Amino acid sequence: MALIEAEGVHVRFGDRVVLEEINLAVDEGELHGIMGPNGAGKTTFFNTLTGSVKPSRGRIRLDGADIAGIGPYAIARRGVARSFQIMTLFNDFTAQDNVMMALPALRARGFDMRRAVANDSALAEEANAVLASVGLGDKAGISAKLLSYGERRALEIAVALAQRPRVLCLDEPTSGLGTDGTLRIAELIRSLKKKLTIIAVEHDMRFLFSLADRISVIHWGQVVARGTPRELQENPWVKRSNLGSFG
Amino acid sequence: MNGSSSEARLITPTMLGTWLILASVPLWINAIGLYPYIGVEILIWSIYALAFNLLLGTSGLPSFGHGAFFGVGAYAFGLTQFNVAANIWVCLAGATLAGALAGLLVGLFIAHRRGIYFALMTIAFGQIFWTISVKSHSVTGGEDGLLNILRLPVTFGIASFDISDNEALYAFVLVVFAVVVVLLWRLVNSPYGRILSAIRQSETRTAHLGYNVWLYKLSVIIISAGLSGFAGGLFAMAQRSAFPDVMNLAQSGLVVMMTLVGGGLVSFWGPVVGVIVFLIARDVIGAMTNAWMLYFGTMFVLLVLFRPEGLAGAAKQLAERWRARRAAPNALSSATRSG
Repeated sequence: MALIEAEGVHVRFGDRVVLEEINLAVDEGELHGIMGPNGAGKTTFFNTLTGSVKPSRGRIRLDGADIAGIGPYAIARRGVARSFQIMTLFNDFTAQDNVMMALPALRARGFDMRRAVANDSALAEEANAVLASVGLGDKAGISAKLLSYGERRALEIAVALAQRPRVLCLDEPTSGLGTDGTLRIAELIRSLKKKLTIIAVEHDMRFLFSLADRISVIHWGQVVARGTPRELQENPWVKRSNLGSFG
Repeated sequence: MNGSSSEARLITPTMLGTWLILASVPLWINAIGLYPYIGVEILIWSIYALAFNLLLGTSGLPSFGHGAFFGVGAYAFGLTQFNVAANIWVCLAGATLAGALAGLLVGLFIAHRRGIYFALMTIAFGQIFWTISVKSHSVTGGEDGLLNILRLPVTFGIASFDISDNEALYAFVLVVFAVVVVLLWRLVNSPYGRILSAIRQSETRTAHLGYNVWLYKLSVIIISAGLSGFAGGLFAMAQRSAFPDVMNLAQSGLVVMMTLVGGGLVSFWGPVVGVIVFLIARDVIGAMTNAWMLYFGTMFVLLVLFRPEGLAGAAKQLAERWRARRAAPNALSSATRSG
């Protein structure tokens, strides 16, 4: 059975229909890519999946349970983590503190007002391990706003990883990065494959075609094509739109 | 690592220094032409401003009608004394509880809001509480206020201390202030405080990390309002009365101004610095001219223009620059060595 199943997801803002009908299934352990032109509804679907947008119709099931419209925090608690295309970090915090905020161990004692976080070396160590896994091992004490753009992109993913998610949703993880940075992020995501179920929205086709197990193409608020990267290269829609030329 | 080690402490060197200076105030306050009561006022307003800054500085919630909670606490102290029991602890508990309940009521309407909408709603609620206090003569005494509130003796079992004179009251309020500082310092550095700070920086991300942002905001509004009510209770006791004016918009604005001038956005101690500067300026400049607010207002404008992080922020910057300058020769020599 698919871990994530979207069924007839329809979203409208006022009288503007943004998602017509999204049907999509992602298996456990799969890396599922989502592509499509600007304004196709990729990010809206992403926001619906992770809870910040409530669908007007349709269901989203995680492991069989409907999670549509239950809100971001409840969805996050069920093991769905997300990164943001427009970086959403805690800029006044150090890299370590950013990651620490996401740890389930900290979340479990969120209403603890008596003990100082700074006294808890277990939290710091766990956070440092996550930072090391994305190549930021030596940046723990640096304020998030002082990190380079590429480092901030990596931190975006580190924060999501620290949630120990079952499903990792990445919204354009290479947005704004040069070739080197993109390669580094690709390497990082490749190392996460099979350990996690990953859903990635991406503009960089070379990136997506080299990493994804399957890809869904969203256009006009619906999935217009789906399949493995190889299948999609043969897809008439993808060919026509010249999206798959990097294969 | 210095920063994080003080975060981990229950009592920091800064606290000890501050308490020592404050404890010495009665020895020299008359000599510099001021009087002990201003010390009482400074401590009570400091508690209030620290409570307020839990919302503004820590959680990023602009509460512009905070006087409501302070005022509710002041009335509750008097009403508890008249109707329940004339015991200082019972009355202070009544003031805290009334403030917290008012916070719960307001919080239910505003905890899901942010930014300007949050601010506007707090102003509206502040005005509602102020209007109620003016209009309900039978309970609050209306414009005449609630008079004959007593400075109740501080009791511990059979021991009892009289605090009816200003020096004794100052000593009592100083102990209370010290306890509040310790508790708040712990709170802002606890997991709970970190989450509040995360909410200030990005509500969206915090929610997506699995935190129920609404519940955290509601809870901190209740805590802040309860502590403001507590300060209001102390204030009613200090001035032996409670009036609606502490709840009006201008007075609610004062605590915002004090906190910003002091640097509450960047420093735990900012609100305290702001209160001290404001109240002393009021008395010193106020003794020279009636238009003292003109000068303080000008200072506020200049500060917002050139030092938006406030006095504590400016001091922090100076300290960092000084440290950097001291470290610079070493860095230079090590650079030459490695180069």
